[in-house]
Amino acid sequence: MRLDSSPESIISQRVQEETHMRMFKLFAVVAVLALIGQVFAAAPVSAQDKVIKIASQSPLSGGQSLLGTAIRNGAELAIMQLGKQVEELGFKLEFVPFDDQATPDVGVANAQNIVNDAAILAVIGHLNSGVALPSSEIYNRENLVMISPANTNVRITDRGYPTVNRVCGRDDAQGAAGADYAVKELKIKTAFVLHDKTAYGEGVATFFAQALEEAGVEVVGFEGTTETANFDAVITPILAQQPDLVYFGGIYNQAAVFFRQAREKGVKSKFMGPDGMDSSDLVKIGGEAVVGMIYTTTAGPASLYPAAAQFVEDYKKQFGASPEAYAAEAYAATQIVINALVKAIKENKGEMPTRAQVAAAVRATEDFETVIGKISFDANGDPKVATYYILEVASADPEKWGENPLITSVQAPSPLTAKEMMDKEKMDEEKKDK
Amino acid sequence: MTAVPNLASALSRSRLLNGAAEWFLQYFLKPIGQILLFAVIAGSSISLLALAVGFVLQTDWHGIDILRVPARINLFEQVVRQLPNMLLDGITIGFVYAVIALGYTMVYGVLKFINFAHSEIFMMGAVVGYEVMIRLRDGQLLSELPPLVVIILMIGAAMLVCGAAAVVVERVAYKPLRGAPRLVPLISAIGVSFFLTDFVRAFQALNRNIFNMPYPTDLVPFFGARINIAEGLSTTNTTLIIIISAIIMLVGLNYFVNATKIGKAIRAVSQDQATASLMGINVNLMITITFMVGGALGGAAGVLYGLKTTNVTPYIGFIPGLKAFTAAVLGGIGNITGAVLGGLLLGMLEAFFSALLPYFPALGLGYSDIFAFAVLILVLLFRPTGLLGKKVDEKV
Repeated sequence: MRLDSSPESIISQRVQEETHMRMFKLFAVVAVLALIGQVFAAAPVSAQDKVIKIASQSPLSGGQSLLGTAIRNGAELAIMQLGKQVEELGFKLEFVPFDDQATPDVGVANAQNIVNDAAILAVIGHLNSGVALPSSEIYNRENLVMISPANTNVRITDRGYPTVNRVCGRDDAQGAAGADYAVKELKIKTAFVLHDKTAYGEGVATFFAQALEEAGVEVVGFEGTTETANFDAVITPILAQQPDLVYFGGIYNQAAVFFRQAREKGVKSKFMGPDGMDSSDLVKIGGEAVVGMIYTTTAGPASLYPAAAQFVEDYKKQFGASPEAYAAEAYAATQIVINALVKAIKENKGEMPTRAQVAAAVRATEDFETVIGKISFDANGDPKVATYYILEVASADPEKWGENPLITSVQAPSPLTAKEMMDKEKMDEEKKDK
Repeated sequence: MTAVPNLASALSRSRLLNGAAEWFLQYFLKPIGQILLFAVIAGSSISLLALAVGFVLQTDWHGIDILRVPARINLFEQVVRQLPNMLLDGITIGFVYAVIALGYTMVYGVLKFINFAHSEIFMMGAVVGYEVMIRLRDGQLLSELPPLVVIILMIGAAMLVCGAAAVVVERVAYKPLRGAPRLVPLISAIGVSFFLTDFVRAFQALNRNIFNMPYPTDLVPFFGARINIAEGLSTTNTTLIIIISAIIMLVGLNYFVNATKIGKAIRAVSQDQATASLMGINVNLMITITFMVGGALGGAAGVLYGLKTTNVTPYIGFIPGLKAFTAAVLGGIGNITGAVLGGLLLGMLEAFFSALLPYFPALGLGYSDIFAFAVLILVLLFRPTGLLGKKVDEKV
């Protein structure tokens, strides 16, 4: 206390303190109100005539936001560039991005909000199969069409929903393609397979391990882990067995930490992973440890698509960064949606189409030219033919991620298409026999 | 907080040693010896357990399917081969848990209140370490400075920031609630914990637009350099740094609590606040200092954890925080020595189960935490106050 403090000054100090306290409380209340306001502002407003909205769902925050933001940006760019096709027909086309935080609960909650907004006629998403599976149940109930740029889990389309489509490949083929390369080119004898316990990671890891075992490779371990920081527990058994190959079925943010710790602890195995590794953050986190690593993907580098050069340039101009994996796929998915919207509006004589009409128009997509090549959907919503790429990480510099060399690529038909092709062959043979 | 001073005072009573030597023995050699003894006890008991389990289960285990080991694996051989690495992992993470656990246990000792925001203080330490390292890198200093200086800078900055943060948290969220029912500050602590997580997330999103914060340890070859301890067992300098810094901090804290006037005052406050204040001790100041010291230790542990795991996110605090809290309870909450023993034991248990479970295909790694915590429950069934906790009679 100051020496000169008279009782008055003490009282005034108290009053001052109380006012400070009150000011603080007021500030706190205002801050909380502002936050609540923001939450409600993000919620959908009531439907208006003549407005059509396309929603996107992907993780925009958290460890996987780099890929999630790429999906949102790809969709947004397509709507900015191609929205006029719909606007010429007298509709305003709006884009509403949602953040699913790579979490099933959040994805489902967003999905509820999305289906409640009658103006939303299509969803572009998700990044994670584990989020897409429960969310698409809700879209399908309301006939809302979803096109996924990235979900490779087989169950996404194997449920046979009329509303669920994807422009990327499938994990059964991706796992097999990866295993085929590992056996024939890397000539591995033993492998340790890890996954992240999500629908996506566990799915692709299972297919990979199955294909390895069929080829006679010994899978010395198959483990799931949700650990994101300290991987000692997983690395100890790997160190003791020193397998030729360590495969991680999961997403880069978790895998990169694991690979880096594994190398530091003396694991000498070759590293490999699925399309969840396809992000420049893999090398940003993993550093030198992941250089030389092999990854499979269903989203080829943009340089492979002749139509994508313009897209890459526009994307860089708009968002100030190179497109990560799935940005082009999200763009292509939105192209399909816009094309289907135009068709559905025309069929509906210029009136607002129903969600079911849009879903049917999307499913009917046949040989449609997109930024990632021609796409036709089969009866389950898989692209009739998908390409699977095998790439190698070439540099620890995140800027050079787009320059990772393509080792090889495989084209594989979707299961339905393969069946059709086989049936057709049989019929042809029978005809010949006759 | 009692085991060390009791032993120490018993020793000082013997008057065999004079001044400085006695002082050195009492505050440096003895605590180090004690820590090493704990490490040896935890390590050897777990090793024996591992060897026994490996030996018993290596033969085909008729009847119990979940204990079946694939025929191609010789479990005993695997256990023997993994044992040194397992011990090293267990000790490393055990020391990190111990240093975090001190923050929980000190605050509990003084306020009888569990500071759940401590895990976030720990996370902030890891983030501060990242910021220091990145700034050094951007200033081209990271590879210029001696690695030891880098470490000291990182830990020092983390201790300063986290000590201050813990004091602010105490002032804002706990002090106004002192005297309220016990549940109220607990809820407040959980709230602070959420706030700090998202505060750091928002800060780093605005500051650098990042979520993952990988430590650029690649740029300092010293960190990754391998030391061969024995045939087939090698480790990196990082592991040694973690163990040595943790021991220094533990010994330093022991000295602070048992040999300084402030430490004495803190112990007095922990025994009886009202009487301590009658004896002229500034109780509020002592509580603030307790939070500061606990927070500083948590921050330092954050840097060590960041060096070990190489990647930091705003969410890393929760799990290690929970485990460190468990370690504090296991050792006897409120007891500083107990926190060290609890941390080392928990680290060892974790390493033990995660080294063994992968060989049982029916179980798998996912169960390692379940087994480790089952052991904890067993211990608490027989010793509800923890391994070194004393049952304190209610004050009359």
